Amino acid sequence: MTRNARLIDERITLKYGTGGGAMRALIEQVFAKGLGDVGEDGIGLAAMDDGAAIRIGDQYLVIATDSHVVQPIEFPGGDIGRLAVSGTVNDLAMMGATEPLALTCAAIIEDGFSRDVLMRIWESIRATCEEAGTTIVTGDTKVMGHGELDGLVLNTTGVGLTKRLVSDAGLRPGDKILVTGTMGDHGLAIMATRNELALETTLESDVAPVHTLVRRALDVGGEGVVALKDPTRGGLSSALHEMAEKSDVGIIVDETAVPLRDEVRAVGELLGIDPLVSANEGKAVFGLRPDCADGVLDAIRSHPLGRNAAIVGECVAERPGFIVLDTGFGSRLLAEAEGELLPRIC
Amino acid sequence: MNASDAFAQLKFRDPERARGLRDALDRLVQHADHAPVSVMHVCGSHEQAIAKFGLRAAFPEDLQVIMGPGCPVCVTDVPEVDEAVALAKQGVRIATYGDMLRVPGTSQSLADAKAEGANVDIVYSVTQAVELARENDEEIVFFASGFETTAVATAAVLVDDPPDNLSVLSAHKYIPPVMEIVAEMPETKIEGFLAAGHAATITGSGVFEKFVERHRLPVVIAGFEPLDVLAGLAKLLEVINSGEPRVENAFPRCVTREGNVHAQKLLWRVFRPTGGRWRGIAHVPNGNLRLRDEFAQYDTRKRFTIDASALWDYAPPKLVERCQCGDIMAGISSPAGCQLFGKECTPDKPVGACMVSAEGTCRIWHQYGGRPDLRSVKRGAA
Repeated sequence: MTRNARLIDERITLKYGTGGGAMRALIEQVFAKGLGDVGEDGIGLAAMDDGAAIRIGDQYLVIATDSHVVQPIEFPGGDIGRLAVSGTVNDLAMMGATEPLALTCAAIIEDGFSRDVLMRIWESIRATCEEAGTTIVTGDTKVMGHGELDGLVLNTTGVGLTKRLVSDAGLRPGDKILVTGTMGDHGLAIMATRNELALETTLESDVAPVHTLVRRALDVGGEGVVALKDPTRGGLSSALHEMAEKSDVGIIVDETAVPLRDEVRAVGELLGIDPLVSANEGKAVFGLRPDCADGVLDAIRSHPLGRNAAIVGECVAERPGFIVLDTGFGSRLLAEAEGELLPRIC
Repeated sequence: MNASDAFAQLKFRDPERARGLRDALDRLVQHADHAPVSVMHVCGSHEQAIAKFGLRAAFPEDLQVIMGPGCPVCVTDVPEVDEAVALAKQGVRIATYGDMLRVPGTSQSLADAKAEGANVDIVYSVTQAVELARENDEEIVFFASGFETTAVATAAVLVDDPPDNLSVLSAHKYIPPVMEIVAEMPETKIEGFLAAGHAATITGSGVFEKFVERHRLPVVIAGFEPLDVLAGLAKLLEVINSGEPRVENAFPRCVTREGNVHAQKLLWRVFRPTGGRWRGIAHVPNGNLRLRDEFAQYDTRKRFTIDASALWDYAPPKLVERCQCGDIMAGISSPAGCQLFGKECTPDKPVGACMVSAEGTCRIWHQYGGRPDLRSVKRGAA
């Protein structure tokens, strides 16, 4: 990919963890070198999709993994445990594996961490597993010295099966872009808890497993669902940039059509953070063939987590790899988040 | 602050009315007796609004809206940064706005000094610097940047019995004089100015009357919402077409002719205007704001002996020579004309001050997607 032609820096700084172009460059230039080949009929590391897929008979085994370092560990609307389960269940779903077979969970705990907090987090993990219809089948525990990490780090890995893989690269001009709900809720909820302005907000993270919603959409849309991604770090902007780059299309987004909670819009305005580059943890972005878009929209809106779903954009042949934002006043390119805008949000 | 209440304040964003104003701009540009029409704004917040709402893509082809020297951090000159860096390296604790941290001096920025162990605090307002001074016994130097709007806040602190261990290293700038410089530049084709609504709230619209008389160039004061900017430009074109240059106030909900007289008194009680270089622009007579003698005890330049000579033995990196910040701030060039923009020069690794500050043209363009010439992109390409 030409966009990432710039060599990565001598030191790995926070910008490599923000989910944008810098991170993709790191994966290309270091992590994916000589690793991750799963054969022609599968999805490996180099595809940089939400997970991997390996062909087994007439099905694919989908594997996804995710580490969680969010600060604060308990936040409005969720906690690191709910985030860890939802994040991995959602990554599986974004590949089409909407029935998570099982998860693993590794915990790295700081010396002196509160037992009561740990028990609350595990209660949350149990509850979210139950909600997602899965469970944790194995794990690993490490404790590190005081100050060697900040509280608690969780890693979850999930496996699932699917007959049809959905990649994030199947777009062509004319396809529609759909989001399943309001954008930026998680990132701005976390940011509001940290900000020194002492904002009084009722912002809540949207963290939730969305696999049943995805299943409903796939059942209705079938082959018309050509791209699927969860807009986590880097928000809608990063998700769309990845889809546009991989599919070699441009995407025009109607800013006025993007669902936003009033409060998210206001806090974003106050903090100077665009909700479109802010993380979501209970949403999906669909690329849809035009003839199935309305049907899929109806199906998603009938799901409790998809009531605010909306079609927000359209793919074009011009400006491949770029996102053009129609602001209602004019238009501009939508940039990706860069630098340490929102460290440790997930 | 309640966030929902704050949202209620976000008015002046009605796309329907914006379309009406865009049509008006089209008509006004067509009625001009020449093309293109070039106007200049002198405020980072105007550039923010234009970039964020994608207005450039909606302007008529024959309307050029150029950003002038409207970023106080960007025009802070190298010797001023050197003073702060030298003090920091002498072991004096510096408090300053976040944007000032990475502005390059001759050989180092405050961020470089901080990385080498100097004590530099980021503050969001001058009152935080006061708190810092009250909480600590050591000397605190507030490295103050900003135009007359921000300078008033600094002045208010200095007349209100500040702690003895606080002093101010003023890099404050005054906008009206630099408009004279730009108006007199031989390369400029500027036919009118859009003036910053927040600064005019303090100075009053009257401050521009003499300028208009001298240069026969109209000035229209505008706010920062998309409708404010569009309405301000429409008014400016109207005045240009009329052939009778004058000051117009397109931000009457905040700005009066007299302005905030109390704030003006405060400003001139504490500061005096003096000539000085603006980075990349020129020597600007009366463009710098320095503390008056009666506030000498709070004037860092009087309280400390600052020796920045150690910073000067240094060969500048090659990239700096290709940086176009100066021309961009003078309105002669734009980021699209800079070879470094978005490649060697990014917010992460800025070469020039315009990519450092949130009010710098290059930083704003980068944040809002780079080279925004999008008039050709159309839908329904399938």
